Amino acid sequence: MLVFILRRVVQAVVVMLSVAFIAFMLFQYVGDPVTNLLGQDATDEQRTALRKDLGLDQPFPAQFARFVVNAAQGEFGISLRQGRKVSALIVERFPATLELALVAGFIALGLGIPLGVYAALRRGKASAQVLMAGTLFGVSLPNFVIGIVLIWVFAVELKWLPSFGRGEVVAFGSWTTGLLTRDGLLHLILPAFTLSAFQLTLIMRLVRAEMLEVLRADYIRFARARGLTDRSVYFGHALKNTLVPVITITGLQLGSLIAFAIITEQVFQWPGMGFLFIQAVQFADIPVMAAYLCLISLIFVVINLGVDLLYFAVDPRLRVEGKSH
Amino acid sequence: MAADATSSPAAPTSALRRFFAGDVWHSFRSSPVAMLAAAITAVCLVCALFAEVVAPHNPFDLATLELMDSLKPPAWIEGGESKYLLGTDGQGRDILSALMYGTRISLLVGIASVILSILIGVSLGLLAGFVGGRMDALIMRICDVMLSFPSILVALMISGIGRSLYPHAPDMLAFVVLVLAISLTGWVQYARTVRGSTLVERNKEYVQAARVIGVGSLRIMRRHVLPNVLGPVLVLATIQIASAIITEATLSFLGVGVPPTSPSLGTLIRNGNDTLFSGEWWITAWPSLTLVLITLSVNLLGDWLRDALNPRLR
Repeated sequence: MLVFILRRVVQAVVVMLSVAFIAFMLFQYVGDPVTNLLGQDATDEQRTALRKDLGLDQPFPAQFARFVVNAAQGEFGISLRQGRKVSALIVERFPATLELALVAGFIALGLGIPLGVYAALRRGKASAQVLMAGTLFGVSLPNFVIGIVLIWVFAVELKWLPSFGRGEVVAFGSWTTGLLTRDGLLHLILPAFTLSAFQLTLIMRLVRAEMLEVLRADYIRFARARGLTDRSVYFGHALKNTLVPVITITGLQLGSLIAFAIITEQVFQWPGMGFLFIQAVQFADIPVMAAYLCLISLIFVVINLGVDLLYFAVDPRLRVEGKSH
Repeated sequence: MAADATSSPAAPTSALRRFFAGDVWHSFRSSPVAMLAAAITAVCLVCALFAEVVAPHNPFDLATLELMDSLKPPAWIEGGESKYLLGTDGQGRDILSALMYGTRISLLVGIASVILSILIGVSLGLLAGFVGGRMDALIMRICDVMLSFPSILVALMISGIGRSLYPHAPDMLAFVVLVLAISLTGWVQYARTVRGSTLVERNKEYVQAARVIGVGSLRIMRRHVLPNVLGPVLVLATIQIASAIITEATLSFLGVGVPPTSPSLGTLIRNGNDTLFSGEWWITAWPSLTLVLITLSVNLLGDWLRDALNPRLR
């Protein structure tokens, strides 16, 4: 058991170290940090002094260790383009992305589960088939095309909803939220639906497949034989048993939501981390890129590690396998 | 494959005849969805391949562009001209022609990345399955890690790193970086599939026979195992072309894809997106529609191929 946990933790650490190494190599080989900080006209003494200051005269492993220690404390230096500390930029942008991803996740769950149940119960009926055909579009339409279509229909033609920015936000210390104002909520609708489209169809198809599977099980037949109402059979017995895989998938997808937010944020000019990252890529703003790379990898590694450990807690078969190794 | 090239010259005609008499062709003829998808794909392919001949204008020839003709709506709308069937963009470029050239670039990048990821994935999968042991563990561990990140994110990272290494790269290099970014995320699927089938093939008698008569491992892998594990790769490749095209379009839409001098469908959508608010919907709508049509039909073809090649479903 300990071996299993240990192996997963070691794997996570190795992944994080490789990501940190890539980020470190970016700093090393892209542009000269000394020239970036001092400008072209600096004297040689100034350069040497700064090199010493930054630790650039030390051997390679020492520099890497130093980078990892700094990165672990969230210290990635100063953005080349905006001239501000990267950590401050990320802290400022993170709430917008998290809010968008969470709202999209709730939309995906809140619509995906009932629609999936509906499609399963009405299997073969026209309405369910239309619904399933619709999911085909959700899966195969590129995310940004969905966003553009939504903007075109609801913002340009109907003029119902705003299509860029976060609108009015309320600040709590360094945390900002658009959930408390009407303007902020209106601004959230289109991006959140765009971002949730893929996950929504995924959850819907998953719930439908699981429901169809469960409805064939013996205990459903017994529940019917006991004379329970349809409602109680479907929602009390069947749905409850389909939710375990759905919740696992959703948990895993939270990372994807944050990653796909890059595209949605670009379409809707949403001032989140993804928008920051795309700008950084376009201007080769290494510190911001490196910070985003490390942060997003950390989020993914933590989510995956968490899910693995949860599986381990839930599924006894894994424990047996762990012992045999 | 090498085996095909060395076969007798009469083989192509008989292979062709066998194909038309075979199950796959029959299944194709009896599936209207597959035929429609194939027709759409074929039209797009022809337009893309022969863009110089088919396209009514050359959108990259600056001499023929007229600013007077900019922002014309499609021909059937008030103000449109029959000269520009689908309208023009802000610089007076004919959208239909730009679409054809853009489709060519999108397909080129998509197919090139799929070929490269097949090369990487199949070799690594074969190696992992055939050699086994530590090599297998290492390759599969890398696959696990790659799969735990969404492919678009990895592609963005690679493309971003490539761009910052060579900020003023010539166009050719930008294409190479883009193809690398897409294929370095796509190979994992092939590696896993091929490894699985290789593990099965490895213990079969023909491999043991080859070993007994002293054929080298590399030759066994290439000449004996490889042809037997390629079936599922074909199906996977069809579906992966669609996702490679979407990845390319997404990267180009984000402005980190193809160089601006050779716009793909994603670039066209990005350009059109800027004018969406002033009411010129056609600049962004047509490339979006083309992108959706291509990926949808390629996906449907892939689905059909998977069912047609699966003996259990017959």
